Amino acid sequence: MRKRMRYLAPLLAMTLVAAAGCSEDRGGGGGDGSDGEFPRNETLYTTGTEWADYSNYNPIAGGGQATGVLGLLYESLFVFNTQTAELEPWLAESGEWVDDTTYEIRLRDGVTWTDGEAFNADDVVFTLDLRNIPEVPYSTMAEWVDTVEAVDDLTVRVTFSDPRRAEWENWLFEQQIAAEHLWAPKAQGAIMDERGDDVRVGTGPYVYHSNTTERIVWERNDDWWGTEALGLEMKPRYIVDFKNQSNEVVIGQLQQAEIDLSNNFLPGEVIGGDIQAYNSEPPYMIPANTAYLIPNTTRPPLDDADFRRAMAFAINVTDIVDTAYAGLVSAADPTGLLPLWVDLGLVDQQVVSEHGFTYDQGEAESILESAGYVDTDDDGFRETPDGEPIELTLQVPAGWTDWNIAAEIIAENLQAVGINVTTDFPEAAVVDEIRTSGDFDLILNNWTELSNTPWTTYNYLFRLPVQDQQPSQNFQRYENEEAWELTQQLGHLSVGDPETDAELRDLLSQLQEISFTEMPAIPLWYNGLWAQWNTTYWTNWPTAPDGPPPTMWNNYKEKRAILMLSQIEPVEG
Amino acid sequence: MGRYLGRKVLIYALTLFIAVTVNWLIPRFMPGDPIGQMVGRQRPTNPEAAARLHAYYTDLFGLEQPLWRQYLNYWRELLSGNLGISTWSFPKPVSEVILGALPYTLALLLPAILLSWYVGNKLGAMAARRKALDNTVLPVSYVLTATPYMWLAMLMIWFFAIQLGWFPTSRGYSGNLVPNWSFRFINDLAGHWFLPFLSLFLVALGGWAIGMRNLVIYELEADYANYLSALGAPSRLIRKYAFRNAVLPQITGLALQLGVIIGGNVLVEVVFGYPGLGLRILDAITARDWFLLQGILLFIVIGVLVCNFIVDIVYVWVDPRTRTGLQGASV
Repeated sequence: MRKRMRYLAPLLAMTLVAAAGCSEDRGGGGGDGSDGEFPRNETLYTTGTEWADYSNYNPIAGGGQATGVLGLLYESLFVFNTQTAELEPWLAESGEWVDDTTYEIRLRDGVTWTDGEAFNADDVVFTLDLRNIPEVPYSTMAEWVDTVEAVDDLTVRVTFSDPRRAEWENWLFEQQIAAEHLWAPKAQGAIMDERGDDVRVGTGPYVYHSNTTERIVWERNDDWWGTEALGLEMKPRYIVDFKNQSNEVVIGQLQQAEIDLSNNFLPGEVIGGDIQAYNSEPPYMIPANTAYLIPNTTRPPLDDADFRRAMAFAINVTDIVDTAYAGLVSAADPTGLLPLWVDLGLVDQQVVSEHGFTYDQGEAESILESAGYVDTDDDGFRETPDGEPIELTLQVPAGWTDWNIAAEIIAENLQAVGINVTTDFPEAAVVDEIRTSGDFDLILNNWTELSNTPWTTYNYLFRLPVQDQQPSQNFQRYENEEAWELTQQLGHLSVGDPETDAELRDLLSQLQEISFTEMPAIPLWYNGLWAQWNTTYWTNWPTAPDGPPPTMWNNYKEKRAILMLSQIEPVEG
Repeated sequence: MGRYLGRKVLIYALTLFIAVTVNWLIPRFMPGDPIGQMVGRQRPTNPEAAARLHAYYTDLFGLEQPLWRQYLNYWRELLSGNLGISTWSFPKPVSEVILGALPYTLALLLPAILLSWYVGNKLGAMAARRKALDNTVLPVSYVLTATPYMWLAMLMIWFFAIQLGWFPTSRGYSGNLVPNWSFRFINDLAGHWFLPFLSLFLVALGGWAIGMRNLVIYELEADYANYLSALGAPSRLIRKYAFRNAVLPQITGLALQLGVIIGGNVLVEVVFGYPGLGLRILDAITARDWFLLQGILLFIVIGVLVCNFIVDIVYVWVDPRTRTGLQGASV
């Protein structure tokens, strides 16, 4: 027994030697292009998208796909331009309403799947027909899309029983097309449980190279149709995307240029030197969505619109933007609509000046006074008009440092006008549960992603009916039939259609007025499209004002983030 | 012998049954809903679609059935070797998630525990007989065992990785390499492995050394040692006997350590971003992935039981007293 143990000591020594040898090796620097290593000047390293294991390769599953499955591998018919709010053709060559209830898609000629099969109308028809499977995320489309048929190899005609144009256009750019010849057999069974890793065949600019639990690697598809048809050349030969790690780790890797692009929230102090962002001065980030303070409108006194309005006046958003974000983001428009809609003039400034709000604690106090919220027992906090004490808790996930700081500021601001609000930072899973079940007083939420229509915002605010479980909208459980009716009408209109423009603006004005007077949720700031990059190996990153979104996030490639890959340039030398 | 083993097997089976049941219960007592988390990640724009998805997944994971039924299903699946599907890494099977992380954990913890045990015992035994050594080994050991692991690990990262730049700060291997059998890659793998290994090794080392030192001193003062000494036996022989007796409790301790190995060391893997089972446990808890958590806990339970079982057998071999006891019992 003792003899055998003697072998352990040399083993330990050997390990030490090996480890020391490695440390020497690292000094040499990469980029020699030898086997087993990705050439540094042709490889883009990214992180900030994947939380799990790169295990899902199913373009039909609503979310959770491995980074790049949407956009690099599978592509959508159109892409959405987040600066002009227009759809631009991608796999489709064009698309138009031929009459009130018929839409025709004309596909590009000469697009092939990477296994050599031609991409044609059957693939689009197949993908659209999946709406008839109840668990497919876009299955509700079955209620308003009537028929889908391939007129010829490259033409698809869709007829509508109820033409919800905004929702339809949303589908056109948000859903990637699956290959019929590979996915049709899978659609026979449980398509949502499919991993799709046996059929990684797309039309996109990259093909699957390899993956581990820590990273996924994509390799450029040199036969991609877009090179010829769109004149786009993807610069990185390899894209390596890493699973998310802690902020400290990512900051170090970004500073040492082990990572070129980080799409996770990192503090603003990181920017400087080689590390840059979309804007060269505050606010550095592109607004991606609006962060709202969500009051539970089923609980007094939050069921009182005056009380909610007073809260809106009391919160100092500028302070949040400066303190919690160090200028990464900017305060939201009082309507909560993203800057795209403000820039397109869809905010009714007259409604804003008449009913809007700004930071004004005096106004907050006078609204509270006149609504009967006064401090009757001299404890420094106001009571309800019935004399009941008010005690509210603002719950934000633990560890979300920016939101934690913001929550503290909000609580302080509200206490300053006599509203007793305290903060609580439970685990993220707990916040998810109370948000869905409605078991909270106040929370923060930002699930109003930029889309092709401001309908998304009002659907988020006013969606009815309120159910026991509210998984994605109307967390405040606010019920207003009129507002929901207007929202539904809005869903039938497409932005930029000159025929319905007046109607669109009228609906929006009404909705903006309701959201000001009723204040179902309080818009605070624009959460950023987090993007910080290092220019050591790649330059010419997209920047303000015209650059496409610089991100690897799922569901942004079709918002033209894919163009980032053709824009960046390797650093010579 | 047969009866001894039979009784042991029965006890182990009973323990396994209870532990597996507890494994199944624990995640279900946590607040949070795995299906809600899954649907939330997909963020459907439409509540009807969300409701359908929720219903579909609830059905897929069998969570709509009464609890007793779910429990029976769990056993049925388990006995057919199926650990279920991960909700966190949907639709990957739990077994695949675990097997992907297991090599890293084993490669990290197995050498760290075995080597620290071996070196620690040697150091402790030596310290027990040399005053000078005792004066250095003992204080250093106390400092090492008392050091909060997190602090030591971060200090090592700061010094060896950031200040000196000798080692990488995180991951299993460098992101620019493709796994292969080249010297370069293996070196890289070893470089990423070394710091987490060293931190675990050092922290465990102190405990073993202190334990061994105290045990040997106790044994050296026992009657049999004094008797041998009075008979004029060489002190080398006495020390050998003392060491043999002192190592017995250490073997039990080693078995317990080896058992929990399978669960990985959550802290070391979090600090070093090392992709083993420990990180998976954290992911599973954050995402409320009951099935993954159950699966990993099961591995831990089985690990502890197997190691204990092995020690029971090893004891019969290394400790003659157990053998005589067995003979007495089987008469």
